[in-house]
Amino acid sequence: MNQDVIVVENLTKIFNGSLVAVDHVSFNVKRGEIFGLLGPNGAGKTTTINMLTTVLKPTEGRAFIMGYDVVKHASIVRRSIGVVPQEYTADEDLTGYENIILCGDLYGIPRDTSKKRAMELLELMELTRFKDKKVETYSGGMRRRLELACGLINRPKVLFLDEPTLGLDVQTRSAIWNYIKKLKEEYDMTILMTTHYMEEADNLCDKIAIIDHGKIVITGTPQELKNSIGSDIMEIIILEEDDVTNLINRIEYVKEVKKRSDRSYIVRLENGEIVAPLIIDNLSKKGYHVVKLSISKPTLDEVFLTYTGRAMRDSEEARETIMSQRITLRRARR
Amino acid sequence: MMLESNDGVKFKAMLQGFWGLTSRELKKWMKEPLILFMAIIQPIIWMTLFGKSMNIGAILSTSTLNEINIPDIRIPGNLLNPQIDGVVTIPSFVLSENLRSIFPTISLKAMESTFGVSDYFSYLAVGMISMLTIFTSTFSSMSIVWDRRLGFLYKVLSTPVPRSAIVLSKVFNAALRSIFQSTIILGLAAILGIRFSSTFSLLNILAIYLAIFLFSMGISSLFLAFALRSTRHETQMAVVNLFNLPLMFTSNAFFPTRMMPEWLQGIASINPVSYITDALRQLTIYQTNYATLLIDFTYLTVFAILLTTVGIILSWKYLTK
Ligand SMILES: Nc1ncnc2c1ncn2[C@@H]1O[C@H](COP(=O)(O)OP(=O)(O)O)[C@@H](O)[C@H]1O
Ligand SMILES: [Mg+2]
Repeated sequence: MNQDVIVVENLTKIFNGSLVAVDHVSFNVKRGEIFGLLGPNGAGKTTTINMLTTVLKPTEGRAFIMGYDVVKHASIVRRSIGVVPQEYTADEDLTGYENIILCGDLYGIPRDTSKKRAMELLELMELTRFKDKKVETYSGGMRRRLELACGLINRPKVLFLDEPTLGLDVQTRSAIWNYIKKLKEEYDMTILMTTHYMEEADNLCDKIAIIDHGKIVITGTPQELKNSIGSDIMEIIILEEDDVTNLINRIEYVKEVKKRSDRSYIVRLENGEIVAPLIIDNLSKKGYHVVKLSISKPTLDEVFLTYTGRAMRDSEEARETIMSQRITLRRARR
Repeated sequence: MMLESNDGVKFKAMLQGFWGLTSRELKKWMKEPLILFMAIIQPIIWMTLFGKSMNIGAILSTSTLNEINIPDIRIPGNLLNPQIDGVVTIPSFVLSENLRSIFPTISLKAMESTFGVSDYFSYLAVGMISMLTIFTSTFSSMSIVWDRRLGFLYKVLSTPVPRSAIVLSKVFNAALRSIFQSTIILGLAAILGIRFSSTFSLLNILAIYLAIFLFSMGISSLFLAFALRSTRHETQMAVVNLFNLPLMFTSNAFFPTRMMPEWLQGIASINPVSYITDALRQLTIYQTNYATLLIDFTYLTVFAILLTTVGIILSWKYLTK
């Protein structure tokens, strides 16, 4: 049986005949996985999601959700997916509850079923208290939770989350992460999410594809990605003043040792946690005392930098612009 | 016992999506009474201020005669009787008395032959129902531009709801709103003294609603078709404003088309606004001419079906890029 719930083959979108937003992207997502598309603003994440959720037609390439072509069998695909778009899409003039029921209607779910589910979802998202308040009174975090609830009303087998924590403060973000983890366990879903937060991709995703300028530069588990650019960094401080560089260097797995100051050494090695006891052992056998040992892992930031030649931070400013535009737009409507 | 077919289930789901979207629009409308107020205030102003002040019937009133210096009339006597020699003078007061007595009849006839009714207020009040329906139906197309801008449309597009339901829900909403608002205008006109004809009955109101529904369906489909791809509400606003008033002026809403120059008559004779307005007048202030009414309704039905079909086909084509 085919375990790949999402199959993407050379998916390409060209806007207005010349702007290549997504450029021959291919990847597979297995059942039950949380797959993350990680990339800066304008990388083509949303465009990819829009094609997979049948909102945009690909210029080239194909994609299958649960075996169904997103163009040829769009309506079957639509029925089995849930979408939480990047923007807040709830109707601000309606209450949270009315919005969820409306989503249920859009999926053709009988009203008595959707009412029951709506109450469950409101409870799960801790919105029950606010269900009869107009959405315009909701905070960013509440809106995002409402979007999640809407995206889940049809019990989707595949959930698409486009920047689920965009523009939220740190606490709200980690709260949303918890919801997502909870959801995955509760509903046994396959999730495809996009983000430009490194730590988010790292914490949540089973697998990550880094996307830049419409192209996927590398795919793998967060660990694989980090391993691919090299090794852990270990700092060792010993009590004695003797030079132990050669001693450490002879230990298996150690790639490189540098003496930083009198008693402090920087060691680059694979699998630092496993090798650490070995190093301590070796040193104490020779009569040296380790007073401090710390291991730091390479971060996805470094992974991104290595593969794209740029730091993700560069795009932070663009995000601010988008957020402020969104607020202006909302004001303009009143 | 009948098992529901798969198609039956699908159809039900589609209907539910359509109803969900329509009730969303209605809810938004009902939650904001100000929108209703703003919508009906303009036709009310026209009706009460313009309709009442344009007292066209009074143009030919007896008081006009007082201001005219009617001369004595001299005619050769033998015109009256060959035996009479010389000139016979008919004094002006006799003439003026006579004119005075037939003047109201002339005035009434002039009004009736021009407007079909004896007072302009009644004529205009019905025209205002058309105007309100045009405004409501054209402006309803703005909401799809907002739905696009605010992202709501994207979410809807990712659900299995038929693309046509997105357009139809807005068409339906415009039609229902128009009907509701027309009821208010008609009620207000009744208070202000609209003169219903003897053929008017409460049953006519159902036919009025049908006419408004058909007309609103056609107009809102037409403007939604323009708006399907529009991402800027300014553009759509310009389109709406460009067409609203010309649609009114090239119809019988304010003034009978018979008195217009020929080229304008040509436009008026294909302008759906002329047909809805005539249908409404036939059903309220005119002695109903069923042959004319049939033509009106046939035109409106074809108009509605044609444009709604165009709207639906374009929604399939243009809502997914
Ligand atoms: N509807 C559109 N028309 C034209 N260009 C678009 C459209 N949507 C996105 N783009 C362009 O495609 C590129 C990718 O955008 P997007 O997929 O939104 O990136 P991300 O979600 O990764 O921030 C950007 O350069 C953006 O300007
Ligand atoms: Mg995006």
